[in-house]
Amino acid sequence: MVDISVSLGNINLPNPIIAASGTFGYGYEFSKYFNLNILGGISIKGTTLEPRFGNPTPRIAECYSGMINSVGMQNPGIKNVIGEQIPMLRKCFNNLILANIGGFSIGEFVACAKLVNECDDIGMLELNVSCPNLHADGENFGTSPEALKEVVKEVRKVLTKKPLYVKLTPNVTDIVKMAKICEEQGADGLSLINTLLGMRIDLATKKPIIANKMGGFSGKAIFPVALRAIYQVYQQVKIPIIGIGGVSSARDVIEMMLAGATAVQVGSQTLINPFAMKEIVANLPKVMAEYKINKIQDIIGGGH
Amino acid sequence: MDIQNCKILSNEKIAKNTYKMVLECNTKSITKPGQFINITLQDFYLRRPISVCDYDANSITIIYKILGQGTKSMASLTPDIILNCMIGLGNGFDITKSDKNPIIIGGGVGVPPLYRLAKELVKIGISPKVLLGFNIGEEVFLANEFSALGCEVLVATADGSIGHKGFVTELLDGIEYDYFFTCGPLAMLKAVCNMTISDGQISLEERMGCGFGACMGCSIMTHSGAKRICKEGPVFEKKELIW
Repeated sequence: MVDISVSLGNINLPNPIIAASGTFGYGYEFSKYFNLNILGGISIKGTTLEPRFGNPTPRIAECYSGMINSVGMQNPGIKNVIGEQIPMLRKCFNNLILANIGGFSIGEFVACAKLVNECDDIGMLELNVSCPNLHADGENFGTSPEALKEVVKEVRKVLTKKPLYVKLTPNVTDIVKMAKICEEQGADGLSLINTLLGMRIDLATKKPIIANKMGGFSGKAIFPVALRAIYQVYQQVKIPIIGIGGVSSARDVIEMMLAGATAVQVGSQTLINPFAMKEIVANLPKVMAEYKINKIQDIIGGGH
Repeated sequence: MDIQNCKILSNEKIAKNTYKMVLECNTKSITKPGQFINITLQDFYLRRPISVCDYDANSITIIYKILGQGTKSMASLTPDIILNCMIGLGNGFDITKSDKNPIIIGGGVGVPPLYRLAKELVKIGISPKVLLGFNIGEEVFLANEFSALGCEVLVATADGSIGHKGFVTELLDGIEYDYFFTCGPLAMLKAVCNMTISDGQISLEERMGCGFGACMGCSIMTHSGAKRICKEGPVFEKKELIW
């Protein structure tokens, strides 16, 4: 039997597959489709301090082998999430819950982090400094080295009981520089990558399809970009990396782990096939056997 | 909801740019008229959400209009091709809320889900009046099928080539009704909600990511909070909607 368990810092996961934020809601709705406990973790829908309806529609555009979303962090607010959504998820899920937290100010991130810190059901804070849908032209904390340093530093101060993972944007000149800032400010790990800023124009209306004009480009098409970012960052930082971006098969999982990911999130693929993660977990041992991998933890960074 | 590989039994043009496709599949996950299926097409990343026009135990009929590259590709598909479909999506029309004398108002490619709705109403002894609107006469479809159910059918076309010349909402003048069901272009739905004197149900559409409630791509704000068109909808009550 092959071993598909991984250790993400001090957290042991039965397998490296984590549901990516924004593609799996708060998880519990999907327990009627399959047993959620086959997943290593679930990163909840990006959550902010106050409830948000999000951006105007259309929020979705299709691309070649991918999609653009401009949801804009629609969520019921951190208090509702901790009080109602997480307990409902915990009833049907025993493994790692990642609280994906977004915000408009350092104060908002810190306020959310304090609440996350006290919630026993949350295993990790995934600091979303990289959502391209909250500010004009996709600007966010993750695109400015100074702002990134400040937000990670302040959140780290109040997040005393949980690992802090920072989810970074690929929409920067040098993602390694951003990763190093996070490591220096005490982040326990990194989630790489968030969506690429993209857009589509409708030939019939001759206007952008997305109401907000731009949005986050995800799906199979961005896999090589994610892989490259993980590969570069792995060489320069010591903290673990959760790989994200276009993963749609067990082969992709192995490829991403070879680049340096310890665990892997599956996002857009779930939107076109809600059983994608279940299939990936089931296929992982077969693909490992095919490539003579006995213990998946051993291949992390093997591509270097 | 379930996912099946469905064989195309037929795929024929029934009006200008409008096609009827029959898919072989198990329909046990369909619970209400007005639900939709979400179809994977070769070379397209996202599925295509299409409303169910009619179904029996072993097949689903959909009617779609060529509006983009995806539906254009669908129109070229031939029988025996297999399509992967998510079936039984969304929350359809609730016929138990209808009064005794409902009207059905359909516009263009919004007409198909209203056919199964009419069938279900007829089954419980209610014969709805059916008002259908199209841009031009060549686009008219399903009018005869509604008539065959025993419904009184009135058609409006913008060019006046069939039925009343003008908007379908103009057919409301002088018609008695106590409830309505509608599906069609957003401007028509808005006009219907403004002009109707009764409660009713409206089927909406929006560009969708997943079609099963995961991505929040198709949300709308209602008087009872944020709702997903693909999950809590596509059918909403008039009193819920904010125009």
